[in-house]
Amino acid sequence: MGSLELRNIRKSFGAQEVLKGIDLEVKDGDFVIFVGPSGCGKSTLLRSIAGLEDVTSGTVLINGQDVTVTPPAKRGIAMVFQTYALYPHLSVRDNMALGLKQAGAPAAEIEVRVAKATEMLSLEPYLKRRPAELSGGQRQRVAIGRALVREPELFLFDEPLSNLDAALRVQTRVEIARLHRQLGATMIYVTHDQVEAMTLADRIVVLNGGVIEQIGSPMELYNRPANLFVAGFIGSPQMNFIEAARIGEAGATIGIRPEHMSVSPTEGRFRGKVIHAEHLGADTNLYLETESAGLITVRLFGEHRYAADDIVHATPDATKIHRFDESGRAITA
Amino acid sequence: MSKARQSKLRTSLVHVALIAYTLVALFPVFLTIINSLKSKQAIFGQPLRLPGPSTFSLIGYETVLKQGDFVTYFQNSTVVTVVSIFLVLLFGAMAAFALAEYRFRGNTLMGLYLAIGIMIPIRLGTVALLQGMVATGLVNTLTALVLVYTAQGLPLAIFILSEFMRTVSDDLKNAGRIDGLSEYAIFFRLVLPLVRPAMATVAVFTMIPIWNDLWFPLILAPGESTKTVTLGAQLFIGQFVTNWNAVLAALSLAIFPVLILYIIFSRQLIRGITSGAVK
Repeated sequence: MGSLELRNIRKSFGAQEVLKGIDLEVKDGDFVIFVGPSGCGKSTLLRSIAGLEDVTSGTVLINGQDVTVTPPAKRGIAMVFQTYALYPHLSVRDNMALGLKQAGAPAAEIEVRVAKATEMLSLEPYLKRRPAELSGGQRQRVAIGRALVREPELFLFDEPLSNLDAALRVQTRVEIARLHRQLGATMIYVTHDQVEAMTLADRIVVLNGGVIEQIGSPMELYNRPANLFVAGFIGSPQMNFIEAARIGEAGATIGIRPEHMSVSPTEGRFRGKVIHAEHLGADTNLYLETESAGLITVRLFGEHRYAADDIVHATPDATKIHRFDESGRAITA
Repeated sequence: MSKARQSKLRTSLVHVALIAYTLVALFPVFLTIINSLKSKQAIFGQPLRLPGPSTFSLIGYETVLKQGDFVTYFQNSTVVTVVSIFLVLLFGAMAAFALAEYRFRGNTLMGLYLAIGIMIPIRLGTVALLQGMVATGLVNTLTALVLVYTAQGLPLAIFILSEFMRTVSDDLKNAGRIDGLSEYAIFFRLVLPLVRPAMATVAVFTMIPIWNDLWFPLILAPGESTKTVTLGAQLFIGQFVTNWNAVLAALSLAIFPVLILYIIFSRQLIRGITSGAVK
């Protein structure tokens, strides 16, 4: 189907450089997710791949072909937008068919492809309706259908779930994952939600300030973050960072994930007071003010009877401690 | 915003004020219409009376229809107004789209330059305009009027429409680009339908000054075949004698075409004016 290669992509808006030299290779059939905080350039990068933004310098290759100056419609891509972006005056069927009509496909083929997408997404009952008569989740399915009909080399998703409520978000997430398996298509997906990134991606690209911080599978990023930024960005609640010197460890900063700590009322490494306890049923999050390590978060599985003002002792799992040097890079043991 | 809590007194005061304003605004129109249906003596004798059996007379309308070539005048006015509105909307929307959609050097300056026309009355340039029309041989043609009115209407149209164009979702336009729509198709098929209320607003604001204008028809197209209604009505106003019956009848007739155009636009207009304000 489709592979993608980006070579030293740079993009500036006026004097402000948004993308500072992005190199990336995406293999055929990969599901790649760009994550990062807002303003990190992930949407701009996606738009550059789509051809909706002209890059300032660098090369975009789709299937080995240089498409840097090719208009969006000729790149073999389809895109799903955060705001659905359905054509308000067209029925669901015409929304899906418009791209093919513009490309001059024969009516019979349009019919077949629309029918196929309709079936995959169970859109049958809505074909004659206008977008205004659909709910948010239905609209997003139509938008995905519109992308499917194009049978593109590359699917691009720009925060497609951000406008949906929590329940629909999970449902649509599963649907996108199913589509990816079914089609085996290459997908590039932008989100700021790390849960989406972790659950959907084959590979995650973490962006920050216009540069790639790390590329890897979800578990690689979780277990072996390359630097402080990735360590803090992936995982929720956030990893605890403690000054190494304060607790007599090597390196500049020590990182311990909240779930890699155990708590005991009687003995442990960091003695501290519970400031706040969150009881979520499956998890219990404790926020501790410790004497030696400062403010730390501990995530316990299952229900625990800790409450604010309890004195507890937290102990990190020694095998799961992350160490970072002065420049914030991970020290690999 | 406790609408339900507003006292009856306040609500009725607001209504009294609005009704009073409506009466003041409609009074001249009302006066024109009732007097156009009266005999000359009655117009001067009892100008505020409604036409009764003894004072009712259609002499004004008869004069208008017999004497001047009013069918032609109406045609001229309608052609000039409709063509001007069309051109103002077309070019205004295109310019507004370009200003709102594309990043290019001097975008803001261009927007300011196009908006300056709102502040400078076009009549200041009458002499130059007349010279230009004479040089191009356009004097006494409807084209001359259409050109001037289009230029006059464009600044406000661009100003209002570019604000509305900015509110059209970028994602929608980008979806169109990915589906292979040309920029023209995106403009005509995606953006224009969405800014229709704003277009109606602009159409009404453009239409009324053009229909009522006396200045440019008098200067640029005073010939018999190119007279507009407003200019045609002057036929009955003489230096010494004015045929008030005919003047009032002509003016009453002139209200209707513009009223019809207004009704066509008004359904869209109300949404246009209130959109953004209430939401």
